[in-house]
Amino acid sequence: MVKVIEGDQDKIRSEPVLQLQEAGFSYSGRDILANVNLDVAPGSFHFLTGPSGSGKTTFLRLCYQALMPTRGTLRILDRDVRGLEREDIAQIRRRIGVVHQDCKFVDHLSMYENIRMPLQVSGRMAELDDSGFQDLIAWVGLSAHMDALPTELSSGERQRAALARAVVMSPDLILADEPTGNLDWKMAQKILTLLIELNKMGKTVIIATHDLQLIRTAKSQVNARVLRIANNQVQLAGADL
Amino acid sequence: MKQFFAFFSSFRVLLAGDASADSVVPPSGYTARLTSFTAGAMAFLTVFALALSLATGRLADRWSDELARTSTIRISAPEGQMQAQLDAVINVLETTTGIASSRVMTDEEQRRLLEPWFGPDLPLESLPIPRLVEVFETDNGPDMEGLRQRLSAEAPGAVLDDHTRWRKPLVNAANRLRLLGMLAILLIAGSTAAMITLAAQSALAANGQVISVLRLVGARDTYIARAFVRRFTVRALLGALLGTALGMLAILLLPAAAEEGAFLTGLGFMGWHWILPMLIPPLAALVAFGATRAAAFRALSRIS
Repeated sequence: MVKVIEGDQDKIRSEPVLQLQEAGFSYSGRDILANVNLDVAPGSFHFLTGPSGSGKTTFLRLCYQALMPTRGTLRILDRDVRGLEREDIAQIRRRIGVVHQDCKFVDHLSMYENIRMPLQVSGRMAELDDSGFQDLIAWVGLSAHMDALPTELSSGERQRAALARAVVMSPDLILADEPTGNLDWKMAQKILTLLIELNKMGKTVIIATHDLQLIRTAKSQVNARVLRIANNQVQLAGADL
Repeated sequence: MKQFFAFFSSFRVLLAGDASADSVVPPSGYTARLTSFTAGAMAFLTVFALALSLATGRLADRWSDELARTSTIRISAPEGQMQAQLDAVINVLETTTGIASSRVMTDEEQRRLLEPWFGPDLPLESLPIPRLVEVFETDNGPDMEGLRQRLSAEAPGAVLDDHTRWRKPLVNAANRLRLLGMLAILLIAGSTAAMITLAAQSALAANGQVISVLRLVGARDTYIARAFVRRFTVRALLGALLGTALGMLAILLLPAAAEEGAFLTGLGFMGWHWILPMLIPPLAALVAFGATRAAAFRALSRIS
């Protein structure tokens, strides 16, 4: 069990982590997502699939308020995103861990500084359990790379570091956008294993991917729900996967 | 009012510092050096504008004081009547309230006054030169109009010059110069703010990736802004300290004020005025703080 600080997930949660009702997003008059109705239960594991450009990243960006829905209702962690101030958004993001395909690190800081950054910006460094942090680093297999700069790591190491940074605040929700997109199959499996372990710790996980082999592998290990985006709609995928 | 308190609260937090927040901004960059240079150069210029403003202020006061308490009576009369009119003028002056004393200028003094125009060998005795009487007034001074009327009645050749026509343009000119000095200081402060704003905007644009990562992991705008604001404020403060020190040194090395040097040699600071340029570095830091903070929040509002 990897725990760096005490997180909100330790409280029993029953309300959906994410709740979308007739939600949609359009850009320059073009619908990217329309009429999305979805409840994401706490502790659930979701895959979001669909062809490139179908709106997977847009969906995830809505989930961490990098975008706001242009229609309908979106509630995240019991908060309606309409009318949220920038400070509120920052506060909610501290409860959401995001893993991007390109990782998004601050390149002049060491991996140690990058991974602990969520704690630093939220003023919770004093709560850092050092042995817990070392466990986290060991869990992602990066103990030997803490002084390295992000540019000195391989793609797989960077992706694992991004995962460590995403969970360092013990978030309620983990969003991963094509986390295995740049990785070979062996490394992709390793990342998937880490995400499944996080889910078993009670985290809600949503992974956007077009890698069906990854989804099939996951489904054999975890009770995952697969959502497919087609024609701007989010649908539950059938057994055809 | 809320914004006012927010501004000063963030200035207090800035002074307290946060090394970890500072480290998220890359440590070097030409924008930071540009800020130091700009603040230094502007502080150097401000020292001179301030010196000019203070010197012209002193000059205006001095001219005003010196000329305000003296006047001159010029007596032009045929040779046979000159002494009689001179006596009449002295008599009028002695019986007028507001006159502290008076003095008839000697031939030698009048020769010296005319020397710049007619040369040293002026035959004063053979020329119809008017006689001059220097009048020293009390603090309250005489009733100038009443004095003028009495003189015209008792000494028709006497003309009273209370220096108003000289004094006004001189004092006006000095006051204008003082105003221009202050305007120059305001323009310098505005230019400094503009330059630092541009440098901060450039730094913010160059660090777009850092800012988006910080936002992604839950950093508040104030946290991100602080890292930039602190850097630019400290840079501006250091630059302004150096610029002010050099400016004060240059002023110190100016020739000392001398009677014959008049205005130019009196350009330095005097007495407690030396304290004023020392206010330039903290004011430059405050300008940098305000400019960078505004630029940072503007830039951040465009990043989700």
